[in-house]
Amino acid sequence: MVLNFTNARKFCTKSSLLKNAVQLTKDKFPNLIRGSYATVDSKDIDYFNKLLGANNFITGEEVKSYNEDWLKSVSGFSKFVLKPKTTEQVSEILKYCYKHNIAICVQGGNTGLVGGSVPVFDEVILSTSAMNNIISFDKLSGVLVCQAGCVLENLMNYVQNEGFIMPFDLGAKGTCQIGGNLATNAGGLRLIKYGSLQGSVLGLQSVLADGQILNCLNTLRKDNTGYHLKHMFIGSEGTLGVITKVAIQCPNTPKYVNVAFIGLKSFNKVLSFFSLTRKQLSGSLSSFELMDSEAIKSVQTNIGLKCPIDDSFEFYVLLELSADNNFINLAIEELLEKALAEEIIVDATVADQPSQIQNLWKIRENIPESLLRNGYVYKYDITLPHEYFYEAVLEIRKRLDKLDVKAVCGYGHLGDGNLHLNVATTEYNEKITSAIEPYIYEWTSKYKGSISAEHGIGLLKSKYLNYSKSNLEVELMKKLKNTIDPKKILNPYKIFPQDK
Amino acid sequence: MARVLVGVKRVIDYAVKIRVKPDKSGVVTDGVKHGLNPFDEIAIEEAVRMKEKKIASEVIAVSCGLQQAQESLRTALAMGVDRGIHVEVPQAQYDTLQPLHVSKILAKVAQDEKVDVIIVGKQAIDDDSNQTAQMTAALLQWPQATFASEVKVEGNEVVVKREIDGGLETIKVKLPAVISADLRLNEPRYATLPNIMKAKKKPIKKITPSDLGVDVSPRMQIVNVEDPPTRQAGSVVPDVDSLLAKLKEKGHI
Repeated sequence: MVLNFTNARKFCTKSSLLKNAVQLTKDKFPNLIRGSYATVDSKDIDYFNKLLGANNFITGEEVKSYNEDWLKSVSGFSKFVLKPKTTEQVSEILKYCYKHNIAICVQGGNTGLVGGSVPVFDEVILSTSAMNNIISFDKLSGVLVCQAGCVLENLMNYVQNEGFIMPFDLGAKGTCQIGGNLATNAGGLRLIKYGSLQGSVLGLQSVLADGQILNCLNTLRKDNTGYHLKHMFIGSEGTLGVITKVAIQCPNTPKYVNVAFIGLKSFNKVLSFFSLTRKQLSGSLSSFELMDSEAIKSVQTNIGLKCPIDDSFEFYVLLELSADNNFINLAIEELLEKALAEEIIVDATVADQPSQIQNLWKIRENIPESLLRNGYVYKYDITLPHEYFYEAVLEIRKRLDKLDVKAVCGYGHLGDGNLHLNVATTEYNEKITSAIEPYIYEWTSKYKGSISAEHGIGLLKSKYLNYSKSNLEVELMKKLKNTIDPKKILNPYKIFPQDK
Repeated sequence: MARVLVGVKRVIDYAVKIRVKPDKSGVVTDGVKHGLNPFDEIAIEEAVRMKEKKIASEVIAVSCGLQQAQESLRTALAMGVDRGIHVEVPQAQYDTLQPLHVSKILAKVAQDEKVDVIIVGKQAIDDDSNQTAQMTAALLQWPQATFASEVKVEGNEVVVKREIDGGLETIKVKLPAVISADLRLNEPRYATLPNIMKAKKKPIKKITPSDLGVDVSPRMQIVNVEDPPTRQAGSVVPDVDSLLAKLKEKGHI
């Protein structure tokens, strides 16, 4: 059997191999050293089994999908997944692990893009998936209280029936969980209108490393009493505590939504169009998404979606307006006609029907998936001042000119200055990584950008944290971490650069 | 060159959740997003392509319904249709307007406009009747080619591939003819801004059924409209044996 297996491997092409098997993180980054944590033994297994029951304590083959990230770029080799249903169970688990020095990797929908949601070595995976109850919804205030494992799309559908929407939206909505969204301070598609999650989250409940339950589950809009501890957990990437419950402020569903899909000839025109849109319609602007021709080409060839307008433009913009008054129907046409007359844009199509709006959004939302179909994607999620926004893509394209890449493309939330710079190849290649990193981070830092706009730091960007954070900031973060989790059992190896 | 007539119906958008009125007299349409019936969109696309291939000399779109039907006609014009005819039917009559009424209207317009081909969607996604093409053909005594997934005009004839159970059927009909569009006939285009602007200047003629000599007085009465029964929640069984036991218990096997 073993012989057959090795023979079979020989006949596999390298790329198909990579598509099937994800390289273990410990092999990909040999400099990483496992912390001196305990290894789970039979006594621990008995404990978890008794606490959670066989259905919520996962072992064996099924654990594999929890070990690998969505991008198939990293993989741990954990043998156990815990799926607690209640805050109390989470507390019991952490109390036990803290006492026995067992490292924990906290996981939500596992849609993260920086290797933050999967174990690095054999950390026990604590999945929030089974904590998926909606606790309450106040129709007057629009405050939703739910458990951390609720899938974003389910919450969207739930509040939609009550005439509300979630204050953020992202491509991974069908899988990602609200707890993970908070832990990574997810940004997404509507940030330009509703602001960052930090503004929408009214309260949260989390369990600290030693099992203590910290209840900041406030549902008040205004509450200036002491430190705002909840903010510490938003964007902490599971290193300070396990978020178990969330209270979030939902805005009312806008009565009217209009979407336009626009073709433009150059990036300067994109900026002119952005400025014109802001001038005329800033109050109702809910999305301003950029897609370059490479991104559109990728969606067309790899997913088979049709470009709604001519597919030969350099840039495309998806513009969404939302308001409680139907004036936007006329306003969007006026805006586009003006832009067309002034030769800022070349072509466009508009939609006000939900089905057409969904179809236009599908193009933007399918870009990451379409790139991944090439085999491997190097993802960079940076914030840049608008004037340097697209230059980053051109710089990287130049650097990769001689290397074997399928696509170097730029897309993202231009309205928020957030660029997704993606490089797609058939397989992982160390040379490509070193051609991009740390160059892209130095470049971003030089123009006072952020090396991680919305994806977080996780494992993959931890060694570059210093490009966006000063020494004092990192020191203070470490002090905080050590105070709350002195044994460092929560999401080890993440965020902080590993000291050799 | 042929003159083409397309039928256009304004329906509730398919991504909208349909709600029944509290008095059960129909579904809620006020404040609900409407749009072109998707099958009619395919019909329009096919007609416009005929014009682009110089097979058709003119494409006329006709819609029967409320004032708002003109929005759907405007979309058709933006997709490339030359002119529109709005046969206005007030709300009271529109609720009971049936495929036979629409067929009579289409047949009369086709004769008045001297068209050679009528293309309609195979059915509207609101009432799912799937009758208009067939009845229009019968009223005109023209041949019909329904559920078309490919249309080729060859001189005085049209070769149509039809979607039938288990495969495709190819038929040849003489013009003039009625064609109904199935899902795979084509992928309709999006109306682009320059064309939307041009469409604002294209003419829409407004007439009434009585102008055409068609009687649209109701032939039926809506007694009751109800939601379909809600799906019962499922349950997870631990293994095959208990699944079989459950199925037996419920009398399914």
